[in-house]
Amino acid sequence: MKRRDFLKKSIIFVSGAGLSLSALELLNPRDLLAANPEVRWAFLVDTHKCVGCGFCVKACKIENEIPLPANVTRTWVERYVITEDGEVRMDSPKGALHGFTSKKLDQNASGMLEIPDEETTQEFFVPKLCNQCDKPPCVQVCPVGATYQTNDGVVLVDRSWCIGCGYCIMGCPYGVRFFHPEHHVADKCTFCYHRITEGRKTACTQACPFGARKIGDLKDPEDPITKTVLNQRVGVLRDEYGTEPHVFYIGLNKEVR
Amino acid sequence: MKSHIWRPVFVVIGLVGLILLFRLIYVPDDFGTNEQGYMYGYHREGNVDDWKNFPSKYKDSEYCGNCHIDKDTDLSASRHAMIPCENCHGAALDHPVDPERLKIDRSRDLCIRCHAQLYTPTSGRSAIPGINPDQHNTGMECSVCHDPHNPGLEEM
Repeated sequence: MKRRDFLKKSIIFVSGAGLSLSALELLNPRDLLAANPEVRWAFLVDTHKCVGCGFCVKACKIENEIPLPANVTRTWVERYVITEDGEVRMDSPKGALHGFTSKKLDQNASGMLEIPDEETTQEFFVPKLCNQCDKPPCVQVCPVGATYQTNDGVVLVDRSWCIGCGYCIMGCPYGVRFFHPEHHVADKCTFCYHRITEGRKTACTQACPFGARKIGDLKDPEDPITKTVLNQRVGVLRDEYGTEPHVFYIGLNKEVR
Repeated sequence: MKSHIWRPVFVVIGLVGLILLFRLIYVPDDFGTNEQGYMYGYHREGNVDDWKNFPSKYKDSEYCGNCHIDKDTDLSASRHAMIPCENCHGAALDHPVDPERLKIDRSRDLCIRCHAQLYTPTSGRSAIPGINPDQHNTGMECSVCHDPHNPGLEEM
């Protein structure tokens, strides 16, 4: 090899090796669009307004064809009672399908518990539903690609593709997933995808007489939900899991799990 | 090389080919990673439309008010104005075609969802007038005395 050839080849090799692989990657226009989608659905719950009537749970079950007697539900309401001694107790009989009509707390195996009014320092209701996380752990664990995130942020389950392994039910830190008793696949809140994509409210939102539940689009700066989330003190559940939940709560206590 | 080495190699290649062929037939064409990437977007794209086409049951109160103008006006003026029609009258479905009539829920259980008195110092519940359902005219439907469309006690 001549000295000239050696130098030529060295220059080609060094410049080739120095080029990073990412520079050769072609940008896909669809990926760029997805990075800035037009809609991002989010939910706002005002716990001060919730009175525990459970109309949301009933409406959700009827709207989404979840059998009423089955002890599974896409949304539910929890009642928290905090007493003087700092004890936190919670109940949610049938997910509050029939509301909270008794002072007695359903403590499962230990029976019904009645706490005297004078010992109660706080008693309130917290509606729960799927948080439609930005980083949904339930989707990561699905071995067959049956559950996924749409580009407007809602996590859905493909009923024809789900094999019913139950990983996602175990993977969800919020316990919102369950087995559908009739379809025998994993099921979860869809933010009433068939309604919101038509510009209507979710079934639970329209059924709530007190405005405790609201659905909105975080990409729209004029949306009242966006304004509240940006300008008011709102909290999310289990922030420490890093799932970036998109159900925001006004008046969230640290006792709420 | 000897045939006892090649034979299992062919078997393995054949198996891989069979699996790929099965995958080609079984997996729908629109299955892919789509916009959300491999970690969160790996799915059958047609399923998004399946969910969009899910039949809706609740129509919202504006739909009811289009025909039942008198009832809508009555209710709007009352203290129950914020309660959607379908909470008591049931989901509209395709009313007035199917079902022709809706079944009204007049049970005590419906009313006491809000009006059973609880001690809830840090919730809006405490602002709602309440009764003890075990003592207040037990066995009677609330609507015998109270008009759900005009629940004010002064007009009873």
